[in-house]
Amino acid sequence: MTLTDYATACLLILGGIFFLAGTVGLLRFPDVYTRLHALTKADNVGLGFIMAGLVLQAESWLAAGKLLLIWLLVLFASASVSYLIARRALNKGIRIWM
Amino acid sequence: MDVIVVLEWAFDAVLGLGLLWLAWRTLNSPDLFKAIVLFISFGLLMALAWVRLNAPDIALAEAAIGAGLTGALLLAALARLRTTTDNTMPAQLPAGSWFQRGLLIVLLSGSAAGLGYAVWILPSHTSGLSMAVTANLDVSGARNPVTAVLLNFRGYDTMLEMIVLLLAVLGIWSLGGLPPRPERPAVAVLDTFSRFLIPVFILAAAYLLWVGADAPGGAFQAGSVLGAAGVLLLLSGWRPGVRLMQWPLRLALTIGAITFIILGVLTLLYEQQLLAYPVAQAGRMIILLESLATVSIAVTLAILFLGESPDPEEKK
Amino acid sequence: MSHAFAYALVGAGLFLLGLYALVAYAHLLRKILALNIMGSGVFLVLVALAKRTGDAEPDPVPHAMVITGIVVAVSATALALALMLKVSGKTGQAVLPGRHQD
Repeated sequence: MTLTDYATACLLILGGIFFLAGTVGLLRFPDVYTRLHALTKADNVGLGFIMAGLVLQAESWLAAGKLLLIWLLVLFASASVSYLIARRALNKGIRIWM
Repeated sequence: MDVIVVLEWAFDAVLGLGLLWLAWRTLNSPDLFKAIVLFISFGLLMALAWVRLNAPDIALAEAAIGAGLTGALLLAALARLRTTTDNTMPAQLPAGSWFQRGLLIVLLSGSAAGLGYAVWILPSHTSGLSMAVTANLDVSGARNPVTAVLLNFRGYDTMLEMIVLLLAVLGIWSLGGLPPRPERPAVAVLDTFSRFLIPVFILAAAYLLWVGADAPGGAFQAGSVLGAAGVLLLLSGWRPGVRLMQWPLRLALTIGAITFIILGVLTLLYEQQLLAYPVAQAGRMIILLESLATVSIAVTLAILFLGESPDPEEKK
Repeated sequence: MSHAFAYALVGAGLFLLGLYALVAYAHLLRKILALNIMGSGVFLVLVALAKRTGDAEPDPVPHAMVITGIVVAVSATALALALMLKVSGKTGQAVLPGRHQD
């Protein structure tokens, strides 16, 4: 294994830890808003780490660019969708947990 | 044993059990909304299973259709259902008595054993038709074997499928269309979101269509991505105008099937075999068929989601 | 036993789970979900059996058939959902009339 491989492994494991934390938050947090918080925060960063790890292994700049593009799209989509879910929950009158 | 082998088995075991567990929860959770959400996550796990089985073409189609579009269709139907039915009836309502259910379980266990045995006794190593496909790949006009099978070797499957899609739309239209979905107030974020994403969807669809000749992708994947763009447009409140719903829509719905039929007749006349393209033109014919099929698949999927009959008289 | 056989067995399991739910539950939306899961089970068996080529590329013919099948399944689902909405619009209940009503 080269140094790049070790860096990739570290980044992938770090990303996995963030996903794990996000999943635990999704399962254990008390209401829809805090669960959304757990998902968007943890998964965006976790996916970022995984993408960074994969970019190091990419064969060409084009492949690396595609990976980066996927991450940006997921960031954009998850931010918008979380907003829509939270807004719908507020409109339905779901109380915020205190 | 090698660590990687153990990890692979662990991953497959978790995935397989996860699929079975999600299917079970989908089918027996009392809340229908929850059941549909579980079904969508089931579709995403199926996409992972396709990747594990070296089927990236299917994984792309499953992620776009199985998880995305089917989920959207189911959720829209549930929203419409809640406006027409009384919600007092429990959604679960088992059919039949306990005796019948017990009998069913016994019968199904028997079939399970039979099915499992049938899979078990199959030879563990066979190349199936892959030799034949590889041998003829050079004359097929496509370098991705799945595309070659879909558009050339078994082109008649795809032709009949375009007709099935058309029949589904005709079926919904002849039922007088679906009741309109409950109106939701427009949301600025959804508007911006769709405005930004739809060009990306179109770009991704064009890429999938083009790359499908050489690598995973093709008309079905491109069509379902485009169809999803249409669903997103419909969700953000856009409706096709009345004039667009007449002949332009009908042309877009039928163009894939029509081209297949015309090419089928021509090849029958000149090559004496249905959809047997002349080798020199095969590549061009596949691209033509795929592009038009993409348009038809995309428009059909979006119209299946919209569900309204285009006839202004019937609407009244 | 190889990975592919394990997936084929999961596919058979999904088919049977779906078949059980299709018969045992009366609500039409649940029957439609059950049909979709049965379909996924069939697809999984087909593709798993296509992977019996060892280290070579899997057999592409079942792959093509499954892609066709996925698109057919979504159009059949859309038509089934429309029929279900018609039934519930007429009877007020999303179950088949004449049965399950004691």
